Amino acid sequence: MKNKERTKIRESKSRLIFNIFNYTLLALLSITYIFPILHVFSLSLSSSTAAAAGKVSFFPVDFSWDAYAYLMRKADFFRSVNISFWRVVIGSLVNMTLIVLTAYPLSRSSEKFAWRNVYMVFFAVTMFIGGGLIPTYMVIRQLKLLDTFWALIFPAAVNVWHIIIMMNFFRGLPSAVEEAAAIDGASHWRILFQIYLPMSLPSLASLLLFCIIGHWNAWFDGMFYMNSPSNYPMATYLATQILNNNRNITNMTPEQLEKLVALHEKTMRSAQLFLSIVPILIVYPFLQKFFIKGIVIGSVKQ
Amino acid sequence: MVYSSKEIRKKRAKLNRTDALHIMLIPAVVFTFIFYYLPLFGIVMAFQNFKPLLGFTKSEWVGFEQFRYIFTIPSFWIACRNTFIIAFFKIILNIIVPLTLSLLLNELIGNKFKRFVQTIIFIPYFFSWAILGGMVIEIFSYDGAINNLIAALGGEPIAFLISNAWFRPIIIASDVWKNIGYNTVLFLAAITNIDPTLYEAAVVDGAGRFKQLTKITLPSIASMIVLLTILGLGGILNAGFEQIFIMYNPIVEKTVDIIDTFVYRLGIVSTQYSAAAAAGLFKSVVSMVFVGASYWLAYKTTEYRVF
Repeated sequence: MKNKERTKIRESKSRLIFNIFNYTLLALLSITYIFPILHVFSLSLSSSTAAAAGKVSFFPVDFSWDAYAYLMRKADFFRSVNISFWRVVIGSLVNMTLIVLTAYPLSRSSEKFAWRNVYMVFFAVTMFIGGGLIPTYMVIRQLKLLDTFWALIFPAAVNVWHIIIMMNFFRGLPSAVEEAAAIDGASHWRILFQIYLPMSLPSLASLLLFCIIGHWNAWFDGMFYMNSPSNYPMATYLATQILNNNRNITNMTPEQLEKLVALHEKTMRSAQLFLSIVPILIVYPFLQKFFIKGIVIGSVKQ
Repeated sequence: MVYSSKEIRKKRAKLNRTDALHIMLIPAVVFTFIFYYLPLFGIVMAFQNFKPLLGFTKSEWVGFEQFRYIFTIPSFWIACRNTFIIAFFKIILNIIVPLTLSLLLNELIGNKFKRFVQTIIFIPYFFSWAILGGMVIEIFSYDGAINNLIAALGGEPIAFLISNAWFRPIIIASDVWKNIGYNTVLFLAAITNIDPTLYEAAVVDGAGRFKQLTKITLPSIASMIVLLTILGLGGILNAGFEQIFIMYNPIVEKTVDIIDTFVYRLGIVSTQYSAAAAAGLFKSVVSMVFVGASYWLAYKTTEYRVF
């Protein structure tokens, strides 16, 4: 008895030490997540001299709206935000329509839908091999989609991973539901739209969020399929600015070029970076549970 | 309403017809055919000396000449090596770090702090590399926040962004930092699914927290760890094109140039279309073997089926 008590005390002491360590570690980790966002925000609200001199860390120094005032007059940034907005709306709508329409037939068993496995292979192949950048570019050029809004929508219309997630969810629905619907004489269309979809709202919401974020963040296709920068979506617009900066880094001594990279419109760049993450920062806390649900349904099938 | 069995069979017959299912699949099949299958024909480029003006039909056929050519380029092998190193560290650390974090979060007593940490670490997962790349470059630049901190502590500033010693670790660490939330969520979900009576029984048997961790928690989620590792290793040739493309610069090319960025420069910048297609095809084929093997292994070890 005495012995047991002693181990208990020893344990609670080591437990205390562990807890202190654990809380400290997690707090430090959290700071590495808060700092970059706060830092970019503070840079955007500091005077350009303070920013260039490296005086800004957590909070703005020599508070100034200049970067935002300048940004307000920059038509190309807002044009790119506008393109991103429509890309998100239309692109996600197209994605979701295709996810639902494709996942339902694929969720039928191959006994009931003999072609199911053929279609599944047809889609699954795309996860293993692709034609590569240049052939895809040539197809899009042939279709006269280059430099059009639709080059941002159509090539990304089918997302096989999302279809598989939805398909697995449909498969998990109780088969009694379908039986009952069948007895009532429902068609496949009615089962999908009036029974399955209302039962899948949380999963649909999760997938929709992933589509929205995907479209908002995509930048490479914009750079590749758009010849004119005036057609760039926001993420592409920002990416090209960063790339231009990186490309300047040649044929200079380390010190020279580090200075150049850092001095160049620091506050402006920060303001753009910050504005572009604001929508995600606003929406994310409210929708976090959908994101988490989406990840869990997508990855762990039981 | 009560139906006779004959009526039921008749109603069910409606569902046995599959034309509606085929119709539903038409849009996705059309898009997939146009944007995946048509470009696949472009693979023939790898066996030609492709000239855009001549097209696929008139360009000269050269067999495996393009492959022989890219295998002689030293920077191709450097890119292959970098791809393996970067992807390997990313895959392993993207398991170990979130696993450790979820175990630590699981030990927290209060729920509020746990939720706070969980929320905050998940945010960058939803940022584009177009944004994060900019932030990382900003913070690690010569007069950026990290160097200010070093200076404040009395150290010499480090030129991180043009240092071949530092740039690769920065690429790997920023990827792990960005994606930490995803696998942490998965591990936490798996941990909360563990039967609590197991822990109660362990406490009765006098097992401390550490014993509970090694004897209950870890074995319970072992299959998930194995599965994520196997599926991850399937992507060993994908070292993160978007991230590296946006962050690297010519000076650090020899440590962070990967196959994808190599192919991009060869094809788009130097317009050697056929050579780029050959390098891309080489990567696709090797990577197909890895992905296939990983799916097969995943099924063999944990009965997980991707399709």
